[in-house]
Amino acid sequence: MIAPLTQEQMLDLRQCLERGLPRVSRPYDALAEQIGAHHDQVLQQMQHWHEQGLFRRVGLVLNHRALGFVANAMLVLDVPDALVDNVGQRLGRAPGVNLCYQRPRRLPQWRYNLFCMVHGRERAVVEAHIETLLAEHLLNDLPHQVLFSTHAFKQCGGRFAPPPSQVWAHG
Amino acid sequence: MDERDRQLINRLQHGLPLVRQPWQSVAQELGCAPGEVLDRLHALLEDGVLTRFGPMFDIERVGGAFTLAALTVPEARFDAVAEQLNALPQVAHNYRREHAWNMWFVLACASPEELDATLSRIETLSGLTVLNLPKEHTYHVGLHFPV
Repeated sequence: MIAPLTQEQMLDLRQCLERGLPRVSRPYDALAEQIGAHHDQVLQQMQHWHEQGLFRRVGLVLNHRALGFVANAMLVLDVPDALVDNVGQRLGRAPGVNLCYQRPRRLPQWRYNLFCMVHGRERAVVEAHIETLLAEHLLNDLPHQVLFSTHAFKQCGGRFAPPPSQVWAHG
Repeated sequence: MDERDRQLINRLQHGLPLVRQPWQSVAQELGCAPGEVLDRLHALLEDGVLTRFGPMFDIERVGGAFTLAALTVPEARFDAVAEQLNALPQVAHNYRREHAWNMWFVLACASPEELDATLSRIETLSGLTVLNLPKEHTYHVGLHFPV
């Protein structure tokens, strides 16, 4: 039985992790040392947070632009309320859709309630992919727009999970 | 960036195992030494190919608040308003998009109150009305970039 971390140690651990995982061979030992705990306690806490869904994975944030993913499209659709779950689930599962969210309409300025992010290396490919998606899911008749990004002013690594995008919406 | 870097990035997008020596298993999968994996990760972060490595906490599960918002910024003031927004630590992303709503940004705040205050602050700073579009339902989050 491994003793749980104290509340204070938990907060300290969260704060340490905001800077990312220490890049050493035994990162949880390094974290344990910083918060005055044992590495088993830190690992147990990490597993607990992971099971609770506080974080999905110990993973990375890509500078997608630096990697050539410069075509960043936000597809927005005006889906009747009764259909939005169905369409959202289908588009969310579709290949190439990185994020799919329902958001509120703001009439009269904004009518669209479903948002999908599609990224690629070339704009023409992303455009064609979106056309295919709309056709396959019989969504061409719904009011929709595709908003390409032309410049990223800020994309910080972020201390928190997306969005991204939301990055991409999240951004 | 070489083939091994690409393999490493693709592998790490799936996450690091929660074990005491996580780099050993990754190195084994990639067929190299754990030290080399760490050196490569370090270089990719230094070069700006990666912007972060570690767990990303779901801000809403820890009491925080997110939103996606937009502004219609007059062309002549576009860069100035972008600078105003980017100076705010709550602005996580800010993109110019081809639309009448031409500036799209994500706010990541420690609390719903901070989010409201930040939206008001942006309206005061810019003199513009914010289109606030917090998510109501998530159908899919899966940012994966095969490199």
